[in-house]
Amino acid sequence: MTWTDEEIRDDGFDDWLDAVATGEGYYLECPDGHASLPPRLVCPDCGATDLSEALLADAGEVVTYTIVHVGTGAFDDQTPYVVAIAEFDGVRITGLVRGVDPDDVETGAPVEVTVGENPATGDRVVVHRAR
Amino acid sequence: MSRVRVAGVGLTEFGRTPERTGRELFAEASARALDDAGVDREAVSALHYGNFMGALGERQGHQAPLMAEAAGLQCPATRYELACASAGAAVRGAVQSVRGGEADVVVAGGMERMTNRTIEETTEALAIAADELFEVRAGVTFPGAYALMARSYFERFGGGPEDLAHVAVKNHANAVPNEYAQYREAIAVEDALDAPTIADPLGLYDSCPVTDGASAVVLVSESYAEANDVDAAVAVVGSGQGGDRLALQDRTSPARTPATDDAAAEAFADAGRSREDVCAVEVHDCFTIAEVCALEGLGFYDPGEGVGAARRGETTADGDLPVNLSGGLKAKGHPVGATGGSQVAEMTRLLRGDHPNSDAVDGTVGLTHNAGGTVASAVVHLLEAVE
Ligand SMILES: [Zn+2]
Repeated sequence: MTWTDEEIRDDGFDDWLDAVATGEGYYLECPDGHASLPPRLVCPDCGATDLSEALLADAGEVVTYTIVHVGTGAFDDQTPYVVAIAEFDGVRITGLVRGVDPDDVETGAPVEVTVGENPATGDRVVVHRAR
Repeated sequence: MSRVRVAGVGLTEFGRTPERTGRELFAEASARALDDAGVDREAVSALHYGNFMGALGERQGHQAPLMAEAAGLQCPATRYELACASAGAAVRGAVQSVRGGEADVVVAGGMERMTNRTIEETTEALAIAADELFEVRAGVTFPGAYALMARSYFERFGGGPEDLAHVAVKNHANAVPNEYAQYREAIAVEDALDAPTIADPLGLYDSCPVTDGASAVVLVSESYAEANDVDAAVAVVGSGQGGDRLALQDRTSPARTPATDDAAAEAFADAGRSREDVCAVEVHDCFTIAEVCALEGLGFYDPGEGVGAARRGETTADGDLPVNLSGGLKAKGHPVGATGGSQVAEMTRLLRGDHPNSDAVDGTVGLTHNAGGTVASAVVHLLEAVE
């Protein structure tokens, strides 16, 4: 017996993915201007609780990346694949890099954040698409 | 405040022993520690036990009382989970309980059984030390996370794979005489550089192995040692712990590990010692780049200077500051939840003079550094030979 046959969403996180998927990605901003990503009730930098949604910048750039040759179960048939941390006007997001040959990725490369699918699991995954 | 002495240490031979249960591994390490201490089991008033992935690796939760039972201890037991820093945190909890006067004799340590599952399952279990929503689901593996740090370091400060290869060569050389080490073969720089890539820019020889093993230390108050004539020649003189945001994306720089800075600052202030006093260091080198970040975070090198330390011969066994004389996680092995206790055990042996590499130690103060995940947690201890 299970509680439900439905896929359980992660409040905040899946809502954020929904927004990123439609090009309306956001981050959370506290009154002091600290940025963070949901789900979050409290600013991790200063403890403020009045967090508001602000639009993510369209254009980001790769801060650091790796080409993964040995993956975990959900990714092991997709190697080699590229994971990068990209920065969007001060907000950093981790995602798969797609739309470019792995050997051509470099730090500073322009990307936009979207939502793709992990073909092995069908799960949604954050994707940094080369611009 | 009571001063804390290390009365005894015990380790299993680190390696690949998939059939050995966790309870058997910890029973062996704790028996060796109690024998080394010459302390009665009945005197032990608590077990502080570290373990990371036992719920996945052995389908065993609630491990602490099971391990007390395996060790033949009739006392309360608590498990500490802080990813790869679990046993460091357990030792710190034990130190604090003795200092606070709550306990006179305690056992601390940890255990991890890792090779009884497939490589994919163990890789997946290790990955859960990262942020599930923002890192693991985006394909970040444990080596991948350190690769993100390594590339960031190289681009900000310079250095490259050849510098890291020298770290691996050094730690393998140190492991050769260590009877507890998993890999007791020397390697050459070319071996490391020619090894397959696991997460670019890191190769197979930049990574620690997957290891089964357990560690235990018996800590006693100085007053107990004196009253009971316990030979405990090493004291724990400083303890510190630092924390940071869990995900790399939320750190100011992926090339720096400030949790280590904080843990070291607290431990040095606690001990009233300076970095110049330290004659040997065991740092958390789960990957070669981690040793570099650790040495800089601990304050032995300025940012950007640590990457060439092994290549320049400064951290080799005959260098000014020998680092990872045990072989480190890289060559001695990394049974994740046992490592912090193993570092304290090895440093105790190094300072007492009964480690095969004790001749390389020129002084009385040693430092251990245990880190969790990508150093969202760090635990530092300072040990000193006192008699
Ligand atoms: Zn804030």
